[in-house]
Amino acid sequence: MSKKSEFLPSRRGLLKATATTAAAVALASRGGSALAASPPAVDLKSYAPVSFDADEWRFLLAACDRLIPDDDTGPGALAANVPVFIDRQMSGDFGHARDWYMKGPFAKDASPLLGYQSPLTPAEVYHLGIKDADAYCRDTFGKPFAELAPEQRDQVLAGLDKGELKLPNVDGKAFFTFLLQNTKEGFFADPIHGGNKHMIGWAMLGFPGARGAYLEWVDQDNVPYPLGPVSLSGERR
Amino acid sequence: MARTEKPVDIVLIGLGWTNSIIGMELADTGLTMVALERGENRDTVPDFAYPRMIDELTYGVRYKLMLPPAQNTVTMRHDPSGTALPYRSLGSFLPGIGVGGAGVHWNGHTWRPEEVEMRLKSYVTETFGAKTIPEGMAIQDYPVSYDELEPYFDQFEKMAGISGKAGNINGQIQPGGNPFEGPRSSEYPNPPLKGTYNCRLFEKAASEMGFHPFPLPAANASQAYTNPYGMTLGPCNYCGFCERFGCINYSKSSPQTCILPALKKKSNFSIRTKCEVIRIDLDKDKTRATGVTYVDEHGEEVFQPADLVISGAYSYHNVRLLMLSGIGEIYDPAKKTGTLGRNYAYQMTGGYSLFFKDKTFNPFVGTGSNAVSMMDYGVGQIDFGKEGFIGGSIITSAQYNGQPIRSLDLPAGSPAWGSGWKKAAHEWYGHSMSIASHGSNMSYDTCYFDLDPTYTDAYGQPLLRMTFDWKPNDIRMTQFMKAKIEPIAKSLSPDSLKASFKTENSHYDLRPYQTTHNVGGAIMGADPKTSVLNRYLQTWDVHNVFVMGASAFPQNLQFNPTGLVGALTYWAARAIREDYLKDPRPLVQA
Ligand SMILES: Cc1cc2nc3c(=O)[nH]c(=O)nc-3n(C[C@H](O)[C@H](O)[C@H](O)COP(=O)(O)OP(=O)(O)OC[C@H]3O[C@@H](n4cnc5c(N)ncnc54)[C@H](O)[C@@H]3O)c2cc1C
Ligand code: SF4
Repeated sequence: MSKKSEFLPSRRGLLKATATTAAAVALASRGGSALAASPPAVDLKSYAPVSFDADEWRFLLAACDRLIPDDDTGPGALAANVPVFIDRQMSGDFGHARDWYMKGPFAKDASPLLGYQSPLTPAEVYHLGIKDADAYCRDTFGKPFAELAPEQRDQVLAGLDKGELKLPNVDGKAFFTFLLQNTKEGFFADPIHGGNKHMIGWAMLGFPGARGAYLEWVDQDNVPYPLGPVSLSGERR
Repeated sequence: MARTEKPVDIVLIGLGWTNSIIGMELADTGLTMVALERGENRDTVPDFAYPRMIDELTYGVRYKLMLPPAQNTVTMRHDPSGTALPYRSLGSFLPGIGVGGAGVHWNGHTWRPEEVEMRLKSYVTETFGAKTIPEGMAIQDYPVSYDELEPYFDQFEKMAGISGKAGNINGQIQPGGNPFEGPRSSEYPNPPLKGTYNCRLFEKAASEMGFHPFPLPAANASQAYTNPYGMTLGPCNYCGFCERFGCINYSKSSPQTCILPALKKKSNFSIRTKCEVIRIDLDKDKTRATGVTYVDEHGEEVFQPADLVISGAYSYHNVRLLMLSGIGEIYDPAKKTGTLGRNYAYQMTGGYSLFFKDKTFNPFVGTGSNAVSMMDYGVGQIDFGKEGFIGGSIITSAQYNGQPIRSLDLPAGSPAWGSGWKKAAHEWYGHSMSIASHGSNMSYDTCYFDLDPTYTDAYGQPLLRMTFDWKPNDIRMTQFMKAKIEPIAKSLSPDSLKASFKTENSHYDLRPYQTTHNVGGAIMGADPKTSVLNRYLQTWDVHNVFVMGASAFPQNLQFNPTGLVGALTYWAARAIREDYLKDPRPLVQA
C-alpha cells in the first residue's frame, strides 16, 4: 500500500494507512492533513449558482454525489465542491463551446467516430438533459431525480450511460458523458477552478499537484513520493 | 480593397519550428524578412511561467495553447464516397498556434528515420519484390537519402540540444545506443536523460529477451547546454507538465528556448502576430508568387509583397494554403489526376498497460521524452514478405505525466464511476506502467486531402477535407507488434494487463488523442507527376514558393516527425541560401 492513504481520512474516519517506508512514516508523523495557508474555499451549501436554476442545481448535486460518492475510500464530489466547478465551467468558454467549430450544417446520426456533431453547446446539453431526466424520474418514480434513493439515482445514471434511457430533447448518452467527464475534472483540476476543495481529489490518488520539480525522485525505484499536494495558489496539505 | 504593406524580400507563413529555423538560417543574408503568425506572441516569461502554466485543466484538457477549431479546422470522412463532417472539438490531433507553434507544447521525441524509410518503395521492391506492395498503396521514395541528410540531422540535434545515446557513430556500433540506426557523424550533444523506474524495468526485460533497448532521444535537456546560436537550456526537472504545456524551466527545446531570442536580435527580421495568411498571391501566368494576403488582428485584409514565400504553417495547413492559392493541381483519386493533397498519412499506435500491486511508479515524475525504446521490430528489421505487411514500430516504455484528469489508467473492467471507480482509482493510481508501439502508416490512393464543398472558415474560404481510414496492411503491422510486446510485458509478471491495439474492425476515431503527426498532402519527390515539391521543398509549379514541414512526407515514418522535419528544413535552408538566392529558378529541372 502506498502512502496515499495518509491523505484519506474519510468522513467515516477510516484511516487505512499501513506505512511501509521511512518516507511514509515520516509523512504520517506530519499529522493528518495540516492545511497550511488554505485560501477560503466556497461553501457548497451557501453557493449561489450562476449557470443553473434551483431545480437544476439540486439535480446536479444529486448526480455528482452518485458519480463520486462519499464512501470508505474518502470524501466525494460534494465535499470537493465539484458542482461549483461545473457551474463555473458552464459560464465560461467550455460551456458555450467558444473554442469549437459550431457552424452548420449539423448532421443527424453522424458516426460517433467523427466526434461531437451536435449544434448544442455543453451548457445547453446540461439544461435539456436535466429537464428531460427529471421529467423521466417524475413519470417513473413520482419524484424528481434529487429526491430518489441512491440506488434509484444509480439506475437512472446507468441508463443514460448505457444509452438505454432515451431522452426526448437531447442525446442522453452525450449528456451523461459531459456530466461524468466534468465531474471527474472538478474532482481533479486545480482548486482555482472551483472544485477539488482542499485538494481532496489529489489526496485520494497521491498526486502532488503543482509541485513541478522531481529531479531527485527520478531514480528512486519503488519508493512512494512522500510529500502532499500543493495547489497553484499555494495551498498545501 | 486590401491595404498593401511595404515589400520585403522574404515572407514566412507561420512561426513554429520550421520557420524559426528558416529565419535564423537566412538572417545573415541581410535580406528583409517578415514572419506572419496567426496566433499571439509567446515567451517563456510571462506565458509559460510557474505556477500558472502547470494547470492540467486549462492547457492539458481545454487545450488553451492549441488552435481552436472555431478559428480553423478540417472536415473528415472515412472514404471518398462519404460526407465529411467538421472536426468540431479537438481530440485525435492538436494543431499548434502562436509564436513557437506546436514546438512549444510537443514532447520532444527527436528521431532520425531509418535509412530504408527514406527509400521505402525501392527497398521493398528490391528486397521483397514489387508484388509485396498491395493494390492501392501509394508509397514512394524520398528524393533525398539518409546520407545526404546526415549533416542536417546533426545540425538540428545540436541546435535543439538533444539528450541521447548514439548507437552507430560512423559505422561503429556503440553499446547502449540503438544498433539499428543509420550511421551518425557524432554523439548526441547531451547525455541521455536518466529514466524512471518503468524505464529500468522495461530495459531489463527487453535485454533479457535479447532485444536492444536504448534511451529515447529527448529534446528535454539532461544538463545545461548552450547551442550554436548561443541559446542556453537548463536541466529538465521532470516537472511532469511537458506535452501540451510550455516549459516552465527553459529545458524543453522549442523555438523559444533554442532560436527566437537570437533571431529577434536580427534587424532584418520582424514578426507580425495575429496575422492569418489566407492565400499566396500569384502573377497572372501563375508561375511566380508576388506575395501573400493576410487578415490582420483588426480584420483588415493586407497584401504583403515579397520575392520569396516560405510556408511553415504546419503540415496540413500548408496543404490548404497551396490549394487556396491555386499552386498545383488538387488530387482526384477517381480520375487519378493531380498531386496536391495526395498521400495523407497518420501514425499507427498501440500499447499495453501493466498494473502492479506492489510497485509504485510516482507517475507525476516525468518529462515528454522520458522513455526507453527498442527498434528490433523497426521497418528495416522485419521480413515484409514473410509477415505480410509493410511497416514497423518502435517499442517504448515511457512515463510522461501523472496528471489525474487525462492519465488515470485503470485495469480493464474497472467501473467508470461510483464507489467502484473511486476504489479502483485509489488502488491503482501510480501502480501502472506502459509498453507501447509507435508505428509507421503507409500512404494509399484513398487517403488524401481536398477542399470541403460545404464547410467554410470565418473568411468564407473552404475548410480542408481529410479522407482517411486504417487499412489492413497497417492493422496487420500493429497486431504483429501486439504479439511481440505481450511476452515482454508478461515477463514482468504484472497483476493485470490491458491491451489497446487496433483490430480489423477498427476505423479511425477522431475522438481520443493519438498523435499530432499528420503527414503528406504536399509531398516531395523526384517527379512532378507524383509530387508537389522537389528535393529542396520547392514547389514544382511556382519556384519562389518553398514549403517546410511534414506535408512533404510521402508516407509516415515509424517515428515522430520533427527530427526529419528539422533536418529537411536545414537542408532546404542551405539550398535557398547558397543556391536559390544567387539565381532564383527551379532548383530541379522537371
Ligand atoms: C501535443 C504534441 C506533442 C508532440 N510531440 C512530438 C514529439 O514528441 N516528437 C516529434 O517529433 N513531434 C512531436 N509533435 C509534432 C511537432 O510539434 C511538429 O512536428 C512541429 O511543431 C512541426 O513544426 P512546423 O513548423 O511544421 O509547425 P508548427 O510548429 O505547428 O508551426 C506552424 C505555425 O504556423 C502558424 N500558422 C498556420 N497557418 C497559418 C496561417 N494561415 N497564417 C499565419 N500563420 C499560420 C501556426 O499558428 C503555427 O504557429 C507534437 C505535437 C503536439 C501537438
Ligand atoms: S518536463 Fe522538463 S522539459 Fe518538460 S516542461 Fe517540465 S522541465 Fe520542461
